[in-house]
Amino acid sequence: MLKLLRRFMGAYTRDWVIGPASKLLEVLFDLLTPLVIARMIDESVATHDVGGALRYGALLLAMAVVGLGFTLICQKMAALASQGMGTDIRHALFRHINALSHAELDRFGTPSLITRITNDVNQVQLAIALGIRQLIRWPFLAIGSMVAALVIDWQLGLIFLVSTPLIGAVFWFVMSRCVPYFKSMQAKLDRIGLICREGLSGVRVIRAFVREDHERVRFHQAAHEQADTAIAAGKLSSVLNPATFLIMNLGVCAILWAGGVRVNVGGLTQGEVMAFVNYMTQTLLSIVYVANLVVVFTKASASAARINEVLACEPSVVDAPDAWDGSDLAAHEDVPALTMRNAAFAYPNASARVIDGATLELMPGQTLGIIGGTGSGKSTLVSLIPRLYDVCAGVVEVFGRDVRAWQLRALRRVVGIVPQSASLISGTIRSNLCWRKRGASDAELWSALEAAQAAEFVRKLPDGLDATVEAGGKNFSGGQRQRLTIARALMGDPLILILDDSASALDFKTDAALRHAIQSRARASREAGATPLTTVIVSQRVSSVRDADAICVMRRGHVVGLGTHDELLAGCEVYREICLSQLRAEELGLAQEGEPAAAAAAARVAAGSEGGAR
Amino acid sequence: MSNPYQSVGSVSTVAASISDADAAGDLGPSGGSDGPRMSVAQVTMRLMGYVRPHVGLLVFSFVAAAISVVLQLYVPILIGQGIDLIIGAGRVDFAALSPLLQRLALIIVGAAAFQWVQGYCTNRLSFETVRDLRVEANDKISRMPLSFIDAHPHGDLMSRVVNDVDQVGDGLLQGLTQLFTGVVTIVGTLVFMLTISVPVAVVVVLVTPLSVVVAMAIARLSNHSFAAQQRIQGRLGGYIEEMVGNQKLVDAFAHGDEAQEGFDGINAELYTAGERAQFLSSLSNPGTRFVNNVIYAVVAVIGCVCVITGVPATLTVGEVQTFLSYANQYTKPFNEITSVITQIQTAWASARRIFALLDAEEERADAGDAIVLADPAGDVELEHVDFSYVPERPLLRDICIHARPGMRFALVGPTGCGKTTLINLLLRFYDVDKGVIRLDGNDTQQLARASLRRSFGMVLQDSWLFEGSVHDNIAYGKPDATREEVIAAAERAHAHSFIRALPQGYDTVIPEDGGTLSQGQRQLLCIARVMLTDPAILLLDEATSSIDTRTELQVQAAFDELMAGRTSFVVAHRLSTIRSADCILMMRDGQIIERGTHDELLAAGGAYAELYNSQFAE
Repeated sequence: MLKLLRRFMGAYTRDWVIGPASKLLEVLFDLLTPLVIARMIDESVATHDVGGALRYGALLLAMAVVGLGFTLICQKMAALASQGMGTDIRHALFRHINALSHAELDRFGTPSLITRITNDVNQVQLAIALGIRQLIRWPFLAIGSMVAALVIDWQLGLIFLVSTPLIGAVFWFVMSRCVPYFKSMQAKLDRIGLICREGLSGVRVIRAFVREDHERVRFHQAAHEQADTAIAAGKLSSVLNPATFLIMNLGVCAILWAGGVRVNVGGLTQGEVMAFVNYMTQTLLSIVYVANLVVVFTKASASAARINEVLACEPSVVDAPDAWDGSDLAAHEDVPALTMRNAAFAYPNASARVIDGATLELMPGQTLGIIGGTGSGKSTLVSLIPRLYDVCAGVVEVFGRDVRAWQLRALRRVVGIVPQSASLISGTIRSNLCWRKRGASDAELWSALEAAQAAEFVRKLPDGLDATVEAGGKNFSGGQRQRLTIARALMGDPLILILDDSASALDFKTDAALRHAIQSRARASREAGATPLTTVIVSQRVSSVRDADAICVMRRGHVVGLGTHDELLAGCEVYREICLSQLRAEELGLAQEGEPAAAAAAARVAAGSEGGAR
Repeated sequence: MSNPYQSVGSVSTVAASISDADAAGDLGPSGGSDGPRMSVAQVTMRLMGYVRPHVGLLVFSFVAAAISVVLQLYVPILIGQGIDLIIGAGRVDFAALSPLLQRLALIIVGAAAFQWVQGYCTNRLSFETVRDLRVEANDKISRMPLSFIDAHPHGDLMSRVVNDVDQVGDGLLQGLTQLFTGVVTIVGTLVFMLTISVPVAVVVVLVTPLSVVVAMAIARLSNHSFAAQQRIQGRLGGYIEEMVGNQKLVDAFAHGDEAQEGFDGINAELYTAGERAQFLSSLSNPGTRFVNNVIYAVVAVIGCVCVITGVPATLTVGEVQTFLSYANQYTKPFNEITSVITQIQTAWASARRIFALLDAEEERADAGDAIVLADPAGDVELEHVDFSYVPERPLLRDICIHARPGMRFALVGPTGCGKTTLINLLLRFYDVDKGVIRLDGNDTQQLARASLRRSFGMVLQDSWLFEGSVHDNIAYGKPDATREEVIAAAERAHAHSFIRALPQGYDTVIPEDGGTLSQGQRQLLCIARVMLTDPAILLLDEATSSIDTRTELQVQAAFDELMAGRTSFVVAHRLSTIRSADCILMMRDGQIIERGTHDELLAAGGAYAELYNSQFAE
C-alpha cells in the first residue's frame, strides 16, 4: 500500500498535507467541547451567571462553525486526492497492461487483470479518501479523549486506560474470529451459486437422466450448510455491540463512583465529572470507526499488492534498442518471407517445450498449411511469427530478419493474424476493420470484405459498414464473425497473413472461396510488382490445406511432416491418419479392404492409444 | 448504538452472467416473468408466511429489542441522577450514590443481554428464512418447463436464487428489526425527555429534524452525481472488459495506443464525476455532525439557564447531562431509518422478483395413470409433428419419422433447421403443437416423463459435467453403479486410458469449467455416462469442429460402440458419420426435404448430393 501511495502521491502532496491538518483542527474542537461544557457548569451555574452561560454557548457554536469549515476543506482535499490518484493509477495500470506481452497476460489471466484495474483500484481509492478523512480523526479522538481525561485528573483517567484498550481488545477478538466464518460463508454461498448454475446449464442432462431429486437434495444441503455457518457467525458477531456497550457504561459507573470520591475531597468538580462521562462516550464511538478503518485498509492493502504485482511485471517481448522499422522492405523480395530454424518454445516455468525444433521456410506468395490435433502446437507455432511469444531456442525470421530485430509495431503491421477466437469489439464494422489501418477508405474496406467473403452479408445490413457491432460481436453468427475478423486482418495490406483455424465455422464452399480470393489477391499484387501475400493456414480440415504449397504436420510440438499433400500422404503416417478420419479412402486414392474408412482408422487409433497408455 | 459489524454481511459476488438461452434463444422476450406487480402489503404478508415457522424468533427479537432500547435509554437518566449526587467537595451523597450505581450496573447488564438476544434472534430468523426461500426458489426452477428456462437468461434466474434472496434477508428481516428499534428509540427518548422537562424536550424535538433535513438534502445532491458516476464507471468497466479481455488481440494488432486513448477519455470523465460525487457524499457526516453540535450547544445553554433561573423549567445539572446524551442520540435513529428504508425498498423489489419466479406456471405434472415402460424396445414414431417456439414462427412442420428398434438416423442440414428441436421434442423437454410422438406404440404424452426419459440416452455437443469426481460424473445416470461397472463403461467409451492418466484416476475432481479436460475428453465422459445407463434409444449431437482429430476418432469409435443395437438419432456434422446411417434425414426450414441412405441420396442428386459434393468442390 505504502509503495503504491509513494509512487502516485507526488502530485497530490498539497491535498495530503492540508486535508488531514484541517481535520486535526476539527478534532481538537471536538475534544474541547466537553471541557467547555464543564466550565459552563462549574463557572456559570455555580455563580448563577446567565450571561456567562450564553457566552460559553456562543463559543460552542463558533467552534461548530469553524470545525465545519475545516472539515469541508478536508473533504474536498480527500475527494481531489483520492479520485486523482485513482485516475492516475488506472491510467498507469491500463498503459502497463497494454505493454504486457502474451506470456505475462497468460500468467495473470484476463479476469484477474480486469478485477485489478476496476475493483482493486476502487478499493485503494476508497482507502485513500477514508485515510485523508478519517485516519486522523478517529484514532486522534480516541487517544485524545484518553489524554484529556488523564490531564484533568490522572487518577480518574486510569479508568480510561483500562476501558479503552478493553473495548479495542473485544473488537479485535470478535472480528478476528469472525473472519474465518465470513470466508467460509462466502465459499458456501459460492457453492450455492455453483449448484444453481449447474442446474440451469445442465438442465437437459439432469432431466434426461431423471435426476431432479438428486439435484434438489444437493442444493438443499448446500443451502443448509450456508445458513448454519451464517448463524454461527451471527452468534459471534452479535456479541460485539452488547459487549462494547457493557464495558463503556460500566466505565461510566466507575467514573461516577471514583468521581464522587474525588469530588468529595475537592480534587474534582461536578462539571469535570460530566466531561469524563462525555469523553467515555466519544471514545467508544471512535473505536467503532477505527475498527471500520482497519477493515478498509486491510482490504486496500491486499488490493494495492495486487496492483503493484502488475505494475512490477516487466513485459518480456520488447523492441531491441536499434530495432528495424521495416522501411526498406521492398529490397528484400527474394529472401524467404518466413524462416524457422530449430525454433523452440516453452511456457515460462514449464520444463516441457510446447514447440521443439521447428524448421521450415516459405517464399513470398506461397501458402503454408499447418495441420495437427488439438494441443499439437499449431497455434503456438504461428504465434511465434508476429512475435507474440519469444522463442526459447532457435530463430524465427520474417523477410530475412530475426523477428527480435524488428520493431514490434512494424512487424505486426507486416503480419496480419486472424486469431482462433473470432472476437470483435463493440462499435461498428468500420471501427473494427480500421484496427490495422486508421481512416481506411470505403474502397479498401470493401475490398477486404470481398476477399473475406463477408461483403455479401455486410451489404445486406441496413447500415452497411456502419452497422453496429455488439461487444464480442454477439449480434453476428460465428461464421460471420470469422469472416469479419479475416477482413480485419487483410486491412492495411499485410505481407504475411495467418489464419489460425479461423474458417472452422465456414462451410466447405465458403472456405474454398475464401482461399481462392486470398490467392487471387496474392497474384494481383505480384502482377503489380509488389511483394505478394504469403499465407499461413492453420486448420484441422484436410480440405483447407491440401492445396497449400507446403503442409506442415504437427504432433506434440514437433513438425512430423513437411511437404505437399501427395508427398505427405505417401510418407507421413500422422497425416494419413488425419486424412482417413475425414476423407474416404477412394477419394484419397488409397486401397482399403471394403470396410468403412473411418471405422478402420478409429479402431486403429483406439488400439494404439490403449497400447500407449501409461 | 449501531455499528457496522452487527449484521453478518452476506456479500454475494455471483455475477449475473448473461448466458444465452440455448436452442430456443429465439423465444423472444421473457414472457412477462415479473408478473403483475404485487403491492407492498401483499409482498410483506407473503413474506410473513415464510417467517411463520420461525415466529417465536420474530416475537422474541422484537420483545428483546424493545426491552433493550428502553433499558438503554434509562441509562442516561440514572447517570444524570448520579451526577446530581456529586455536587462538590464534602457534598457527595454516598449513601444514595451506592445503590444508584448498583441499579445502573444492573440495568446496563440487562440492556446488553437483551441486545445480544435480539441480535442473535434476528440473525437466526433472517438466515433460516433466507434458506427456506432459497430452497423453494431452486425447487421451483427444477419444476419449470424447459421453455421457461431457455427463455430466461440463466444469470437472471440465478441471481434471484442467490442475490435477491439475500437482499430480502438483509433488507426486510434485518431492516425491519432496525426500523422497529429506531422507532422505539425515538418514542422512548421522547417520553423520557418529556418526563424530565417538557420545554427542553420541545426544543430538542423542534431542532432535531434539522439534522434529518440536512442529511436528506445532501443525499439528494449526491445521489444525482452518484448515478452519473455509476454510469461512467459502468462504461469504463465495459471498456476494460472488452479491451483487457481482448488484450492479446490488441497486442497482436499493435493497437495499444488507440486503446489507451479511448481509456483515458472515459477515465478523465470518471475523475470529474467521481470527484464531485465523492465530495458531495462526504458532506453528509460533517453536515449532520454540525447540526448535532449546534443542538448540543443550544441544549447546553438552555439547560444551564434552566438550572440557574428555573425558567422556563427547573432542571438539575444531572438532568442537563441526561439531555445532552439524548440530544446526542436522538438524531441517529432518524438517519438510520432513512437508510434502512431504502434498503427495505430494494428488498421489496427483490422479494417481488422471487415471488414472480415462484408464481410462474409449472410444467404439467404426469397424469395419475401415466404409463411406465418396463423394458422399452426403442420403436420411435413421429406422426405429422408440428412445433414452434413462438406461434408466429413455425419451426417444424409435418415431421414423420418411423424408427424401428436398432435403426440409425442421421439428421443433416444447416444451423437452425430444427435438428436440435427434434431432440427437445423426443425427450418431451417441449411438447408438440400438433401430431403425435409414439414410443413402442404409446403416445409419449401418456407416458410418465421419467419413464420416457430413461428410455433415451443423450450426448449433447456441449458436454455437461458437474463439479465432482470422474466416477460420480460417469455414474450420474446410475448412482449405485460400482467402480467396476463405471470402469467397464469408460473402457467401452474409450475413456479409460485418459482417465487412468489423471492425477487421481476415477476420483479426480472435475472443476465446474471442466478444468484441463479437452472438449473431446469431456464428450468421452458423457458417452461413458450414457453407456452405463444402457438406454434403448440414443440422441447424439456431434461436435461441429475444433476437436482433436485423434480424440475425435476415439469419440467416433465410442459412438459406434454406443449405437450398436440401439435406435439412434445423430445430429451429424461429419459426413463420415452420415454415410453409415440407415437413413439420412436432410432437413431444411423445419421440414424433411430428403430421406434415404447415402448412396440413394447421392444418386438422387438433390440437396444432400450438393452438400456432400461441396466438401471437395474447389
